[in-house]
Amino acid sequence: MSAPKTASQADSLPAELTESPLDIDAIRAEFPILDQQVHGHRLVYLDSAASAQRPAVVIRTIADYYTKDHANVHRGAHELSVRATRRYEDARGKVARFLGAGRADEVVFTRSTTESINLVSMTWGIANLGPGDVVVVSEMEHHSNLVPWQIVCERTGAEIQAIRVTDDQRLDLDHLDALLGSGDVRLVATGHVSNAIGTIHPVDEIARRAHEAGALYLIDGAQAAPQLPIDVRAIDCDFYTFSGHKACGPTGIGALWARRELLDAMPPYQGGGEMIEEVRIERSTYAAVPHKFEAGTPNIAGAIGFGAAVDFLQALDPETIHAHEKRIARLVLERLADEFKAITLYGPAPDVARAGVVSFTLADIHPHDLATILDHEGVAIRAGHHCCQPLMRRLGVAATARASFYLYNAEDDLEALVRGLHRAQELFRV
Amino acid sequence: MLESIFRELILEHYRKPRNKGALENPTVTVSMRNPMCGDEIDLMLTIDGDRIEAVGFTGQGCSISQASVSMMTQGVIGRSIDAALDLEKRFVALMRDDEGASEDRKLGDLRALQGVAKLPVRIKCALLGWNALDEAIKAHQKSPTGAMGEKLEFEDLTELPAGFDPATHKDDLP
Ligand SMILES: Cc1ncc(COP(=O)(O)O)c(C=O)c1O
Repeated sequence: MSAPKTASQADSLPAELTESPLDIDAIRAEFPILDQQVHGHRLVYLDSAASAQRPAVVIRTIADYYTKDHANVHRGAHELSVRATRRYEDARGKVARFLGAGRADEVVFTRSTTESINLVSMTWGIANLGPGDVVVVSEMEHHSNLVPWQIVCERTGAEIQAIRVTDDQRLDLDHLDALLGSGDVRLVATGHVSNAIGTIHPVDEIARRAHEAGALYLIDGAQAAPQLPIDVRAIDCDFYTFSGHKACGPTGIGALWARRELLDAMPPYQGGGEMIEEVRIERSTYAAVPHKFEAGTPNIAGAIGFGAAVDFLQALDPETIHAHEKRIARLVLERLADEFKAITLYGPAPDVARAGVVSFTLADIHPHDLATILDHEGVAIRAGHHCCQPLMRRLGVAATARASFYLYNAEDDLEALVRGLHRAQELFRV
Repeated sequence: MLESIFRELILEHYRKPRNKGALENPTVTVSMRNPMCGDEIDLMLTIDGDRIEAVGFTGQGCSISQASVSMMTQGVIGRSIDAALDLEKRFVALMRDDEGASEDRKLGDLRALQGVAKLPVRIKCALLGWNALDEAIKAHQKSPTGAMGEKLEFEDLTELPAGFDPATHKDDLP
């Protein structure tokens, strides 16, 4: 298993890497949805940071499961239930391997990153936080890794503090040290890759510092797992979360990985079937992890599709996907800077290892107007605050346009974006 | 298609909004935010009896929301409340693409926004200022002298993007 990339390893694009390490045409052929026209133009999908598309193998796997093997899991004494259970638990193993986890029972299936974080805040958080305790997040967090901590702090009397963002749009690790210095920090919770500006955080370094100060470390990996090699043991974090739908998998399924002893000690999240061992009217005993956290009939098909999605990413090789992302991000940043005098680009410089998420504003054209104009050119981007209002405030901007390039995006998509931006300038007489 | 939306007149209002700036002593102030996109305006009115004496606004947003609110202020300053509500009704009809609305001369410059009716996801932008106006008038009618100075805050949560449904939208209009 390869070591995770960090910003400190800031590897720049090797000069010989003039072509993507991925076979983009072959990959595109596996994504049926990309083969369509929007407003009379080839669909150029640059919104994968919001939700990626699915390869046919994921769609087929789900259809195959429903066609042949569906029944409820973990309860049937019949063949279909045995098969459904086997496929569901196989998927858990795939996700565990994908994350570099040592054991499958450290992976809890949830609805999404959001639910994974809420699961931790509502179980570990309620059980372990109290007045005087501090939860450290950052100014760059997605609201999903901020609001759950606000809620649990309000309930428990703990306090929330945020790592500042530096002027070059990284997390200020000196400030993290200062916050940890109080000795009151119980948990550090940060993203791994910023969905708004593409910064890759030095998560192994953050893990080390958090642990030295006696705090646990939770990582919101929603943007990282789809495009970086992840190894939770090498990072040495305590919780890792991500969503299926941003990683070529179905919507409505996500994962929480946590160290086994933490999961064992955490109280259950929701009560119901599947998560119990023995039930009496007054009280029950709970099933072992991970089932303790999976009350009710789970999203079986979603989990199985999720398993197919991580297999798909694994087969392409996350290291190679990351190399592609680094390369395309650099091309995009350099091309946009060259082509448009009036563009403001956010996020780390092109020669820093970063994700293929590029946020920008163009002259005085509002990002929503840009998105509308690009949409009419077949180019799907996102405009707004990207669920990162504190970061937007820090950057001093109300909204940005965001083009996110993923494993099916290449130079022709970049050129479509460039054409669309020229069109916007023409319409706005810039 | 896009040319019919990002027209000269709209860009002109976007870049040089009329009546932008806070009023000194408004009788009612409404803050309207679209939490989905972050567009926000503070609309200030000085209403004397039945007459809208002055209107000002601050905030930020896209060309459509800014141009719409800018033109709206021009259309309602110095008019009666009834006339303002009438104009609002006509503007909503324009956004709904009602028959004849695009020929409605009473809308004046606002007709430049008619192209937005063809873009369901942007209709909300065009209505942001009008929703603020509507709330401001309601607040004024509830307490003609009371609301002075106090800012009323709203989130514009009208479900629009997924297929602006004129029928249901009509119901919550005055
Ligand atoms: C960094 C980050 N965290 C969390 C989330 C929330 O993911 P989900 O909506 O799948 O729960 C997102 C997705 O928007 C994200 O980009």
